[in-house]
Amino acid sequence: MWGDAALVAGKDLRIEMRSKVGVNQVVPFAFVVLVLFAFALDPDRGVLDRAAPGLFWVAVLLTSLLAIQRSFALEAVDGSRDGLRLSGLDPAGIFLGKALAVAVQLLVLEALLLLGVAFLYGTALRGFGVLVLTCVLATAGLAGAGTVYGVMAAGLRVRETLLPLLVLPVLAPVLLAATRAFEAALAGTPRAATGWLGLLGCFVALYTFVGVFGFGTLLEEA
Amino acid sequence: MSLAVHLRSAVCLLGRFPALAGVDLDVRSGEVVLLAGPNGAGKTTLLRALAGLVPMVDGTAIVLGHDLRRDRRSVRRQLGLVGHTTSLYDDLTVADNVRFTVRAAGGSVDALESTLQSLGLAGRLRDVPVGRLSAGQRRRTALAPLLIRDPELWLLDEPHAGLDPEGRDLIDALCSDARRRGRTVMVASHDLERVGALADRQVTIAGGLASLAPTPQESSGVG
Repeated sequence: MWGDAALVAGKDLRIEMRSKVGVNQVVPFAFVVLVLFAFALDPDRGVLDRAAPGLFWVAVLLTSLLAIQRSFALEAVDGSRDGLRLSGLDPAGIFLGKALAVAVQLLVLEALLLLGVAFLYGTALRGFGVLVLTCVLATAGLAGAGTVYGVMAAGLRVRETLLPLLVLPVLAPVLLAATRAFEAALAGTPRAATGWLGLLGCFVALYTFVGVFGFGTLLEEA
Repeated sequence: MSLAVHLRSAVCLLGRFPALAGVDLDVRSGEVVLLAGPNGAGKTTLLRALAGLVPMVDGTAIVLGHDLRRDRRSVRRQLGLVGHTTSLYDDLTVADNVRFTVRAAGGSVDALESTLQSLGLAGRLRDVPVGRLSAGQRRRTALAPLLIRDPELWLLDEPHAGLDPEGRDLIDALCSDARRRGRTVMVASHDLERVGALADRQVTIAGGLASLAPTPQESSGVG
């Protein structure tokens, strides 16, 4: 299973590096979202600084939709999904590999967005341990749940419009918990993040379980 | 001789439409079988069903000794399908695509270079992204994992389509080599003369039903 996951993740990441879609489109999109928030909210009154955790995770959430759609768009071209089904790969390995590739891309994006938040919103970054742990858990949750719903929508002609409708409500707990954990870290009260990190951990465990045991059926039936 | 494919009253639905409506078919191990029939008859559906890509909803389907309806994965490990689509990733090179597909099937890529050479894909072409290849070169690339893996059952759907004369001759040679090695080859094609000359038997699909027919060679009393 882990060997298959590494193979699939390596393939997806190699495609992303070659196509440069992430660098040329996904990252700029995330920064445009950050800048639009800055325009919409008046920076003079400190609103941006207070709202920075929520704005950061909304930007990540919206961008994760692009990454998830992109992950399954790769398999929609020229029968690649059939190739994946015929490949003999463990479906759990395919799930973990695709989720891992999405997660790696999102983690790089989050590192860049954190710098963007500090620069554009003037937010002082504190509590790095909690920030990093929150990013890792929330990213695992976004990638895991996104991969489960991504494969469900993959076989449908309306997948581009359906995926956000399916995924955004499901990811609401990630947005909430990650935002609260970030607020605690940035406020200098990292202990207040414990419960929210626990919620993120439960979310990751739930969708990892669903993906590992249900991805094969979803891949065949979608 | 053992049976590579044994179908009895096999039914496949595409949506609510019965694309295969109770197919009976036996294919012996080591045979080359030509699947003939008009467009929409069910040739592609039959090949995809044997690969477990289209579910059989009724009937008996034993492929390479495994019950296809219960144990799809075991069947898939022992077959290779080259269909209308190539299942290649446009942004990966020829070599990367082949390497991924072979490794995914648990195979060794030791024969990668020699196989690409035999398909006319060595040299500069091996490192070209597949998205930049011609249709014929893509089809050659799609054949490479099949040649390296050399599975028990080869399912080829219109393998000559889009290939130049040299490529078509190459397909013929590959099918002949596969039979010599005892592989079972099922080829769906409209080129009855060319594939019929290679085939041991012809199966005609019409309206989702299969019937045996002599090959053009047998019809003309040759061989």
